[in-house]
Formats: sequence, C-alpha cells, structure tokens
Amino acid sequence: MKKDIILAGVGGQGILTIATIIGDAAAAAGLSLKQAEVHGMSQRGGDVQSNLRLSTDTIHSDLIKQGTADLIISMEPMEALRYVQYLHDKGSVVTSSHPFKNIPNYPEEQDIATELEALPHTVSLPINDIAKANSLPKSANVILLGMAAKFIEILSPEQLRESIARVFARKGEEVVKANQKAFDLGLTAV
Amino acid sequence: MIERKLLLGDEAVALGAIHAGISGVYAYPGTPSTEITEYIQTHAPEIRSRWCTNEKTALEAALGMSYAGKRALVCMKHVGMNVAADAFINSAITGVNGGIVVLAADDPSMHSSQNEQDSRFYGKFAMIPILEPSTQQEAYDIMPYAFCLSEELKLPVLLRVVTRLAHSRAGVAVGRIQPQNPLHLDNERTHWVLLPGNARRQYASLIEKQPLLLASSEKSPYNKSVFGEEKSELGIIACGIAYNYIMENQPQEHGFPVLKISQYPIPEALIKELASQCKSLLIAEDGQPLVEEQIKGMLGSNYPIKGRLTGDLPRMGELTPDNVGEALGIEQATAFAAAQHIVARPPALCQGCGHRDVYDALNKVAAEYEDARIFGDIGCYTLGALPPFRSIDSCVDMGASITMAKGAADAGAHPSIAVIGDSTFTHSGMTGLLDAINDHSPITVIISDNLTTAMTGGQDSAGTNKFEAICLGLGVEPEHLHVVVPLPKNMEEITNILRQEIEYKGVSVIIPRRECMQTLKRKLRNKK
Repeated sequence: MKKDIILAGVGGQGILTIATIIGDAAAAAGLSLKQAEVHGMSQRGGDVQSNLRLSTDTIHSDLIKQGTADLIISMEPMEALRYVQYLHDKGSVVTSSHPFKNIPNYPEEQDIATELEALPHTVSLPINDIAKANSLPKSANVILLGMAAKFIEILSPEQLRESIARVFARKGEEVVKANQKAFDLGLTAV
Repeated sequence: MIERKLLLGDEAVALGAIHAGISGVYAYPGTPSTEITEYIQTHAPEIRSRWCTNEKTALEAALGMSYAGKRALVCMKHVGMNVAADAFINSAITGVNGGIVVLAADDPSMHSSQNEQDSRFYGKFAMIPILEPSTQQEAYDIMPYAFCLSEELKLPVLLRVVTRLAHSRAGVAVGRIQPQNPLHLDNERTHWVLLPGNARRQYASLIEKQPLLLASSEKSPYNKSVFGEEKSELGIIACGIAYNYIMENQPQEHGFPVLKISQYPIPEALIKELASQCKSLLIAEDGQPLVEEQIKGMLGSNYPIKGRLTGDLPRMGELTPDNVGEALGIEQATAFAAAQHIVARPPALCQGCGHRDVYDALNKVAAEYEDARIFGDIGCYTLGALPPFRSIDSCVDMGASITMAKGAADAGAHPSIAVIGDSTFTHSGMTGLLDAINDHSPITVIISDNLTTAMTGGQDSAGTNKFEAICLGLGVEPEHLHVVVPLPKNMEEITNILRQEIEYKGVSVIIPRRECMQTLKRKLRNKK
C-alpha cells in the first residue's frame, strides 16, 4: 500500500508542520517515507509545496510522478489547483477555501472554486474562520490535517492524533491539547 | 547500536560526518547546503563549527586541520565552489594528511540560485574522487567511506548532492561511531610548499594516482549493476539521484539493465560491459551532461547514446520521475490537465523588513536622476528586483554590486549605487570596496545590515558590529560613512543623506541597520 500526498500553500502557512506530523506518525508506524521540502528563497511568501510519500514498500523517487498522487492537502485554494495534474483519477483534494492574496493578479475566487469543484473529490472549508471561532488562531493548519485525516488511510486518525502529542510535546501540554482539538474539529467537519 | 532516524539528506550527511570522526566543519551558508552545518552545530558541540566568512576561507581552514592530521568537512552550495576554487584545486596538488570531504550542494532548476553549474566538473578538473549518493541512507553511509578514501589516496574527496536529496527526508539507519583522529602534524614540506619545483612533483604524483582512483571506482560498493545479465535494446546509466527516478519507472519490467554510478571517475570497465550487453544506452544524470560526454568519447560515435545532449532528456533543469519516464519511452498517464486559474506567486520581502525601507528611499532618490543605476547583490534584498520595488539593475555574484558600480562609474555612469547585505559584504564585498577607495571612485555603497545571514535562515553574519571599523579601516572617509535606521519615520533623513552622498565624487558608505524580522520574531518566541 502507498499514499502519495502533495502539501501546498504559501510560505509561512505551516505546511511543513503538517508534513512533520504525518512524517512522525509514519515513522512510528514503521512505514517507508520520503518527503521533499522547499527551503530557501521561495519561503518568503512565495508558493511552497512538499511531496510526501508513504508506503509499506521501498520508495525510490523523492518526487511524485504526474497522474499518481492520491491526495492534495492545501492551505490555499489556488495553490491546491497548481498541482491537479499530479492527481490520479480517484485522487482527492482537501483545501482551505480562504484565498491568500499577496499578489496583484490573483484570479477570480469563483473561477478557482469552480475548477476545484469540477474535480471528483474535493473538500473545501473555511479553516481560518473555524480556527478563529474556536479560539485556535495558530492551528488552522492542524484543522486542515484533521479534514484530510480520513483520506490518508495508510495512517489512522488515532495515529495522527498521537503524533500531534509527540510533535508539540516540547511546547507544553496546552499547545498539545489545542492542536488535538483543532485536529478533531477538522476530522468531524468532513 | 543501530537506530532509525528521519533525516533530511543534508542531516544524513551531517550525522555521517559526525560519526566518521570529523574534528571540524567549515562552511558558508548557501541553499541547499546550510542544514548540514546547522545540524552539526546543534548535535555535536565538540566539533569546531563556526560559520566562515566565505567558502575559500572555509576550505583553507579545513586544509589546515587536515595538515594537523584531523578530519574536516567543508560545505557549500555549488556557486561557492567558484569562490573556493583556488584552494580546492590546489588542495589536490598538496594532497591531504587528515581526510577532507568537500561537499557541494548543486541546485539544478535554480530553485534558489543564479545558475545550475554541475560541481562534478570541479572534481574532474581537480582530478580527485567524486562521490554522489542517491539516497539519504547512502548519504549517511558514504561519509566514513569518503574520509577513508581521502586518507587512503591522500587526496580531498568531493561529495556532490542536489537539492532534491539535500532537502528531502527519509528514514536512515544510523550507528557506527568512529573516534576523531589524534593531532598528527604533517612534516612533508615538499608536499605543502607549492613552489614550482615541488608543485611539479606533486602534480606528477597526482597524475600517477589516477589509475588508483579508477580502480577504486571499478570496485566501489557505490557503483553497481542492479539487474539484467541478458541482452537488451536499452541499457541505463543512472548517476546519483537520477537512479531514484529510473527505479520509480520500474525499468526491470521492461528488461532494461541499470548501472548505478555514485563514485567517479566513471567506472570504464563496468560501463563497457553494460554497453556490450545493450544496443543503446540512456545516460540519466542530474545537472550537466558530464558522464554523457565522457561515455560518448569512450564508446565512439557509432554507439547510440541518449541523454541530455540528444534531447531525450531536457538540456536544462532538474530530472524528475516524469521526464525520466518519458526518456525511457514509458507511457505517462495523467488524469487531469493543468488548471486554468493559477498565476505565479513569486517570493517577496517580509512585511516590516528593513530592506523595504531602503528600497523606498533609493527609489525616491533615484527617480530624481535621469539615469541612476543600482547594482544589487546576493541575498534577501535581491527580491528588490521584483514588484513593487523594481529597484535593482543587476545581481550577478557575491560582491559584484560594489565592483560593478565602480566599473560603471569608471565608464561615466552617475549616480552609480551598490546595494549589498552585511554577510555578502564580508564574504566578498570588502576587497571590491578597497579597489573603489584606492581609485577614489564616485560610488555610493549601501550596506543593508540586518545583523544576520537572512536568506538562508538566519545564521551568524561574520561582520556584525564591525562594519564601521571595517569601512574606516579600508579608508572610507569618516564624513562619508553614515549609519541610519531604515524605518518609514526616518525616510527624510535617509533620502537627504543619499542625495548628499550621490553628489560626492568619491566613495560613500551608508549603513541602514535594523534587525531581520525573522530573527527578531524567533528571538521573541524563544524568550516566551
């Protein structure tokens, strides 16, 4: 069994934290894992993505082939669209619906939404609003991970929740609880 | 004890080097190599690891440590090899005492670089062994091997990685720890004093070693035939990370034999053997077609070879499992076409960044002249080339802002302004400033000081707290040296100083100084 996931967003939105949580859970579960990250110049407010590959077998390439990704998890709707050619025909998209407009020529929001909805399996939610409404302003990315949890399959939501405890442990019990709450909010919202 | 860790390729190199018993790591930050030195600084405080001023000083310090019998690692991004080249090439002539591994992190596709030069050419040029791991596990395992090889051949070894290995994480089994070498000073002055008489002998000895390098490649555990004894239409040579993209396309299902190369010089016998089993060869290598050219020469023009030179693989840019699959003639099925409603999202200077205020001031003053030219440099502030600022007219290499401004001023351009960051200034700007001072060049130099090496993630900057002293020491006149705080409220002061100094017919230096927003945020977070 394998799961090829593309994590997408804008520099600073916290996609590498999502990758860290999934990666930690995969390592604990004894899965093979490869995760290509973006460092350097593009982290300054540019588009960022990470290729995250999980498998019960050996993984060769650090990059995912076009037409083979199982899942896109995106902190931003246009950034989700940027990688649709990587999805296979049954692949899913889990994305924040909130646009991040730091460029003057951002496309019409409705056009982006229409293109996303035309894909067979898209889940789109206003995670920033959910985060604010629940007083979890820093955990929008973990809400998104919760939304995606059921699609990750190769890892159970429980395994991901345990990983959150490990990843945030050094920041204290409160931060762990807040992030587990955020995760559960996402999980039940889908 | 063997344990499993999730490591970036860079971190695997770092831990491999720690476990191989290095006594020092010498480096200047540069994407995608920075995390190696950072990892050693964090995890092995007993190893000398302070950031160096530039790649050349780094390599020379490593050579000194080697002279004293200990093992040293040198890390840099590919363009850093150009800066270190003098020391690098000559370290192959002197040879080493303690092992030296020079790590060059190449950046095919130029994710964070101004070119995609292939560092393997430097290894070939210097006539030393090159290692190119394919996976994170190999990056770890190859480090003790590299240091042993260096000490056995008495030569530095070049280790080449690319961005996709450096910045990709995987599980790595780690364990075997070696002690550091004892102090053991070299007494062979004839090796180390490269007067022509000695240098000729040393170069002859380097040439004599070449068959040993080849023999080591032929029997290297890192060069291996993966499968296939049978005859095949196509054989594959997969170098370094290209091996992963080949294997992702399951060449075994098509009966294609694969020769994986991770040690150079290229293993000629292994390649000839593969060629004799096959009717043609595909050469997959990330970067420039170094191996492809050599094999073409080796097998003659009648033997069909596919690769980057023939267009079967793209001539530029990094390899991917997609373009490699295409070169193998394997059908590539995609379910969805690329989306319509996407636009590029280029990086930008952070909100609140001091460089923003510097460019606001420069734009304001430059607009008052018909032909103001602003020569930029390498760092976050290169983003001043993009909207909304569009301030700089050039960005070439570390330090070129000051020297290009000088040359343009020599030709009659006015105003001729240089913008350089603090770390870039100490890396390669100081010497150029001295040229300008000695020639009394009418240029205005802005050293935009954010107290860190910001673009690569906030490493210590070699000149922090020393810039006024450096400039005065080089000969900048005190009345033409200004320090300002780049904030919107100081705009009038800054623009007035700029106007005044542009009109001065000699070298002026203005230092806008305010801490980088990212390092400031990190400090505040850590305080909490």
